[in-house]
Order: sequence, then structure tokens, then C-alpha cells
Amino acid sequence: MFNFPISQCLRKPRFIFLLGCLVFSLPLAAEKYYQWEPRDFAIEKPLGGLKGNLVRGRKLVAQRDKGNCLACHAMPIKEEAFHGTVGPPLHDIGSRLTAGQLRFRIVNQAGINPLTVMPVFYRNPINVNRISDEYIGKTILTAQEVEDVVTYLMTLKQEVSR
Amino acid sequence: MTLVRTIVIRAMWATGLLLLFSITLAQEPKSGYEYLTASTREMQDDEFSNPGMKAVEDGRKWFYDKGVNGKTCADCHGKEGSQFNKRALANYPIYNQEFNKPFTLQEQINYCWEEHLDNVPFVYDCVDLVELETYVRYLARDEKVNVDVTGKLKPFYEKGKHLYNTRFGQINMSCASCHDQYAGKKLRGQVLSQGQSNGYPAYRLGSGKVTSLHGRFTECFTSFRAEPFDRGSPEFINLELYLNARGNSLTIETPAIRY
Repeated sequence: MFNFPISQCLRKPRFIFLLGCLVFSLPLAAEKYYQWEPRDFAIEKPLGGLKGNLVRGRKLVAQRDKGNCLACHAMPIKEEAFHGTVGPPLHDIGSRLTAGQLRFRIVNQAGINPLTVMPVFYRNPINVNRISDEYIGKTILTAQEVEDVVTYLMTLKQEVSR
Repeated sequence: MTLVRTIVIRAMWATGLLLLFSITLAQEPKSGYEYLTASTREMQDDEFSNPGMKAVEDGRKWFYDKGVNGKTCADCHGKEGSQFNKRALANYPIYNQEFNKPFTLQEQINYCWEEHLDNVPFVYDCVDLVELETYVRYLARDEKVNVDVTGKLKPFYEKGKHLYNTRFGQINMSCASCHDQYAGKKLRGQVLSQGQSNGYPAYRLGSGKVTSLHGRFTECFTSFRAEPFDRGSPEFINLELYLNARGNSLTIETPAIRY
């Protein structure tokens, strides 16, 4: 059964190299990725069963290196100037969509509209084309951050005239 | 009843035609100049206030710089490039028979620099070479971009087009995502342009530097959180070919001012 005794393997440079790769890639996989499954264009269960935080979510949507939702969407956040006009305004998004639908749109908007410009905020990191070294194995938002944003967006129920 | 039906059908036709018309309008190339504010346009048009002219001046010095064999660019191309066929300068990248690939303006300059002046060639896209490129392209200012991609360049053009439409990086965007679909919309405070290349190398208000096209590609890739291709790599050269051909009929504005 054992065609490759360990002592023989260790003499092979290729094996040592692969072992080294495995050891050094361990810290990269430190961030836990939770699998998700959409049903009817919604993910009803919170990612990893985590609970979102409203205050953190409000901060994340404006943060340029995190959600940066304001780059494309107008939102009721008065202290930030220059809201984008690429996507639809989100003032009443909480009354238009359920939490599950919102979660799916944040996690994988491309699953609804393949031509969308909206980033896929929580995709399996192994499916990224030419990711730069800095971000290998990472999602744009962590599972906790996705939940924070969902919690914040669900509070947006402002009436808007269209 | 029939009257109502006729009206409805006519309205549908009108909407369809309008939609078709707006799509054709959207594909008309539009220079980045048209997305600038009035004061920035003024700054670009006035050569004394255009900071990009510094690179033109530095490039001019290289143009009169003696090579190892004592020749200068001006010996062949004339004082102030008077012997240049300005219209041909707007044709780059062109097909190069010897190397069987598209040749960018920078590559052509570097080729001359090595072959005819006996110099050590520049590293692709280094500051000095970009200055020289800026100067040469400045000489062709107001010429209409005219890249012919019907012949041997066709496969390279198609590759460039493919790259333009490919999504990259953690942010997962392609060039087309923004510049084809959302030109004119606002990304935070910044208006998205069509991403035309006619003003490059351009002076960037954000960084305060003259940036080449490949430098700009690198910036875009970095903002996608993707690993950029090397400057002067076949991928970026194909992309440059596609972009320049996409902007055919626009006038060269080098050194333009861009955000």
C-alpha cells in the first residue's frame, strides 16, 4: 500500500516544496469563509449565524476600503458629501427588500444581474481572477461585516418621492 | 378600439427607435475633455498654465540629446520634429513586420533610440521615455486618432477587446463595467468618463504627475485589487491597441489634464 515511504519522500525536492507551500499558506486561510446557498434570490440564514450591528454597519457603508456603498448609491448619511449615482438610491431599501434578499444582493449581486458593476462582496476567494497578493484568500467584507451592513440597510425605510 | 390599438403600436415603435438611437449615441466616442469642469478645460487649453507642458519640455531635451554615435532624434526627424508625418503619429500602435506584433509609440521611440542613436534602450514606461513620448505625441496634437485594425492587427485587437471586457481582482470589475455602461454617472464625487486614451500621456490632478497609458492601467488594476500586468507586456499593449482604436476620430490632446 505504501509505495512512497516518508524517508523517500523527504529526499524529493518537489515534495519538500509542496510541504513548504502548505505550511506557509496556513495563515492565509485564517479568515473563515462560510458557504452560502441562495433560494429564490435570497439567503435567509445569517452568514455563520452571526448577528449584525447597526452602528458598525452605518460606518462600513461609508468606509472607502470596506463597503464603500456611497461610491455608487445615495444614502441618508448627511455628514458624507458626494454620493454616487451609478446605482439606485437606497433611502427606502429596507421597505423594498427583505433581509434575506438584501443579504444575497450584497453577497453576490452578479447572481441576479451578470452584467452588474457591483462587486461581489462575499464570494469564495478561490474564484477570483488575478487577485493581488495582499488580498489572497480574503473576501471584500467579512461575514460579520456583511451582517452589520444588512442590519443597517434594513433600518432604511424612508419615504421617497419618485 | 382600432384607433387605440394603432396609437399603442405607434408608441411602442417610437420607444423602440428611441432606445436604439440612444444606444448608438452611447457608443459615439467622447473625449475625457468633455467630462472636465470649465476651469480644468481652460487649464488644459492654455499651454502656459498646463502643468503637463513640463513633461513636453523635458521630452524636447531628450529629442536634442546626443546619442552614443553623436546623432540626435532631430537629425532625422528635423528641428521640432518638422520631418514627422504627423498624421502617421496618430496611427499608433501600428503593425511591425519585423516583430510580427503591434508596435506602440513608446516601442518605436525606444527602437530608434537603440538602433539609430546606439543608446542603451530605456526601460519600458520609465519617466524619461514617457517624457519623450509625451513630446512626440504633443507634436501630433489636434490630429485625429486613426488606428487601422482591419489587417494583421485584427487578432491583437480582439485580444485587447477581450481583456477590456474581462473582470479582474477582488472587486471583480472590467474596464467595460464602468466606462461602457456608466460613463457620465458619478462615482462618489468623480464623473466616470468613457476611458478614452486620446489625452495620454496626461497630467493627473490627483497625483500631480504625467502618467502614461500603461501607468493608468496599472492604477485601475490596483483599484480592482488585482495584480496588474507588466508595463509594456503583450496584454497591456493589446489593451492600448484596443483603446486607441476605440477612440478613432477623437483628436490627440497630449498633454491632457485628467482627474
